Amino acid sequence: MSFDNVYEALSGDGDARWAFGTGFADPLAGVDTTVPPDVDPADLAAYCLMLGDDALVMSHRLQEWCTNAPDLEEEVALANIGLDLLGQTRMLYARAGHADGTGRGEDAYAYFREPEEFANVRLAETPRGDFGDLIAKLLVFATWRLALLQRLIPSRDPVLAAIAAKGVKEVAYHRDHAAQWAVRLGDGTDESHRRMQAGLDRLWPLVGELFTPHEVEERLARAGVAADPAGLRAEFDAVLDQVLTAATLRRPEAPLEPGGRRGTHTEALAPLLAELQSVARALPEATW
Amino acid sequence: MVTTVTDARAVAETVTDPELPMLTLADLGVLRDVTEEDGRVVVTITPTYSGCPAMDAMRADLIRALRAAGHEQVEVRTVLHPPWSTDWISAAGRRRLAEAGIAPPGAAPRRAEGPIPLALGPTVLTVRCPRCGSADTEETSAFGATACRALRRCRACLEPFEHVKEI
Repeated sequence: MSFDNVYEALSGDGDARWAFGTGFADPLAGVDTTVPPDVDPADLAAYCLMLGDDALVMSHRLQEWCTNAPDLEEEVALANIGLDLLGQTRMLYARAGHADGTGRGEDAYAYFREPEEFANVRLAETPRGDFGDLIAKLLVFATWRLALLQRLIPSRDPVLAAIAAKGVKEVAYHRDHAAQWAVRLGDGTDESHRRMQAGLDRLWPLVGELFTPHEVEERLARAGVAADPAGLRAEFDAVLDQVLTAATLRRPEAPLEPGGRRGTHTEALAPLLAELQSVARALPEATW
Repeated sequence: MVTTVTDARAVAETVTDPELPMLTLADLGVLRDVTEEDGRVVVTITPTYSGCPAMDAMRADLIRALRAAGHEQVEVRTVLHPPWSTDWISAAGRRRLAEAGIAPPGAAPRRAEGPIPLALGPTVLTVRCPRCGSADTEETSAFGATACRALRRCRACLEPFEHVKEI
């Protein structure tokens, strides 16, 4: 097979696009997406959107570091972490579309919802900030998400369980990466220590939301489908303490703001989505 | 129709990975099954990582190869469970990786019940340099050009190389 240029090679067959346009094949094609009879499909869809929105918004913030990271290896690492989270998003959105009966695909959820319809935790949407902000956020996010996904492996929804089992392997690497940076920066120079601590301090008020259950989470946790976020706190605290001690950082004491995935966001989300959604909204269903 | 399945399996097993073209999808452990249902060939594949961008290309390559071999009706299904592990890469696949200058993975980490421990110390993984064979190598980044590869450096011959990291 020969092509005149790389774009032709990627798009010429019409059936094997890698990274352009919209309308990708369902990432759950061929997976049995029957919802177990005693699981509430609307709750399951809402829950998959929560976890998918967390991953999409965090992934977008990581992608913003492309061409802005301190070195090439770090840029590649952040892009890879963002790609893992984007992959988790796609499967969770597909699961939501199968469960809620609307048949909506991933594009409908990612590109054609308004900010108040996004159920991500606000921690994911905080502005890019500096490298200290990034590592603080990635450490908190990955530690929390790893604890969460691991508790979903025995979920009574087999699709969610399978998505979580894959995600655990990936997010374990994300947490390692952030933890090693946190130690290097915290136990580094006065300046790196100061900025790492400042990143944690700025982020900390939003940590409380990670452990505040929404009623959908409470119902699904009782049904053995979801994990109660309140139950993640002990593992999160233990891992954070381990990292903070090694990094000579202190746990911030700022009061935790209440929250809970109700579509109330910081002012950072709307501009983030405006950028993420701009091409899909300007040229709906475009492929190239 | 045993012969149909046998032939289709043989064809599917020749299809290579778009990102690691020295490996077939069978070597990589991504090709999970080839069966026949109501006159259709059904191929089952599993993604390596959640965000693997090559899944669409794999589907298309499988369908193209099977159609070229005379199997008109082909369906490619995805399976997510059990999650892909580098332990599924075949011995031949590991040899081909090393020949291409990519260090094959060691054993995937065994996960016990309960929280996954965080190791902050240096990793004690032994990865041999695919160029000079030295075991004196160090990781420069756990993330590389594709989701499945890490970057390493050989302290003996000083060459950088890639390593398929264990998951």
